Amino acid sequence: MSSDTVRKEPIEGFDDIPGTTLFDAQRARQGYYVNQFCMSLMKAENRAEFKADERKYLEKWPMTEAQREAILKRDWQRMIDLGGNIYYLSKLFSTDGKSFQYVAATMTGLTQEQYAEMMLHGGRTIENNRSKAEWARTGGPAFGGKK
Amino acid sequence: MAKIVASVNVSHVPAIGAAWDNGKSNDPYWKPIFSGFDFSKKWIAELKPDVILLVYNDHASAFDASIIPTFAIGCAAQFPPADEGWGPRPVPTVIGYPELASHLAQSLILDEFDMTIINEMDVDHGLTVPLTLMFGQPKEWPCRIIPLPVNVVQFPPPTGNRCWNLGRALKRAVEAWPEDLRVVVFGTGGMSHQLQGMRAGLINKEWDTKFLDSLAGDAQWARSVPFIEYVRETGSEGIEMVMWLVSRGALEDKVKEVYRFYHVPCSNTALGHLILENP
Repeated sequence: MSSDTVRKEPIEGFDDIPGTTLFDAQRARQGYYVNQFCMSLMKAENRAEFKADERKYLEKWPMTEAQREAILKRDWQRMIDLGGNIYYLSKLFSTDGKSFQYVAATMTGLTQEQYAEMMLHGGRTIENNRSKAEWARTGGPAFGGKK
Repeated sequence: MAKIVASVNVSHVPAIGAAWDNGKSNDPYWKPIFSGFDFSKKWIAELKPDVILLVYNDHASAFDASIIPTFAIGCAAQFPPADEGWGPRPVPTVIGYPELASHLAQSLILDEFDMTIINEMDVDHGLTVPLTLMFGQPKEWPCRIIPLPVNVVQFPPPTGNRCWNLGRALKRAVEAWPEDLRVVVFGTGGMSHQLQGMRAGLINKEWDTKFLDSLAGDAQWARSVPFIEYVRETGSEGIEMVMWLVSRGALEDKVKEVYRFYHVPCSNTALGHLILENP
């Protein structure tokens, strides 16, 4: 019987996927209090306290000022850049009465209507959206819209 | 002896739960989605499983950032629905099977899977949406359910091959339980979707179809797919599909495809559904 294990998967190359932030251990560390703040919103009394004075509620969490600003502005992409994860952030946008689709759309540069239309037509195509090299060649994300 | 008779794979999009709970299941957007489960509801009502082993991921509900178990098993007597920010879903409390779950945990650990044992846990849409799709709105869920949460939120999740092998170990563990039970394994989440960044909204029907075909066949290609391919081809949240390999690994090598359903869009997601039976 083998007494050791062998890694079969590469750990390199993840930064080559365009328009995508992988929530890895380093980002999880960076965003720890952003994400734990979001978790606190799973209790109705905390949601009420947060809504009453957002800034004051955020001061209780030892996060960076940049992280607080991103939360106050509901800048979802910035929250993700600073270590937030979409499933944690969902507690914040649920508190706001917003959906996953609404928040995802805000990060794409499309309007809500354009994004909804793209999804109704089969979603964003994979063609020319696989690598940063493709985006460098084509000038950015491909939409579409493929049934 | 207990026996795994079938697997049910299904996406667990939270908007499905919200649509159902708010009485929107007959709206033009949602009707085709819920209709896709008419066959499945009949099929499972006739099958009458005694126990469901439900493989899903917790979406930062029961587990916060302080503890992130890669593989966990719910050994409690019951699991209430979680408050995910808008109040708990109005669905029945999940009734577990502590004796069987504890046996499974013991067997899996001896088979070198380092399970985290969970004795208190709220269950989120990852677990309750598949039950809504398969059973509608009963007063109580019709059988006992053992939750098996898998981390797919923080990179790296377990590999597809590891998930497959966990399924194999689950099969052995179930078959070592003396009671005559019909067991169905649910593998949930997926299919292609990306919820963040400039690439949000990504759908890859061709890849999803290839994955479904592989699972309905010998599944060896699906088992070999590396993490980066899921992310590149199916979006950052498409990685949930590794959980479909736990349920496939728990079946025999050759299976019968009973039903398949695929629909775009369901919110941001390609909704996939596959029922496989052991021969």
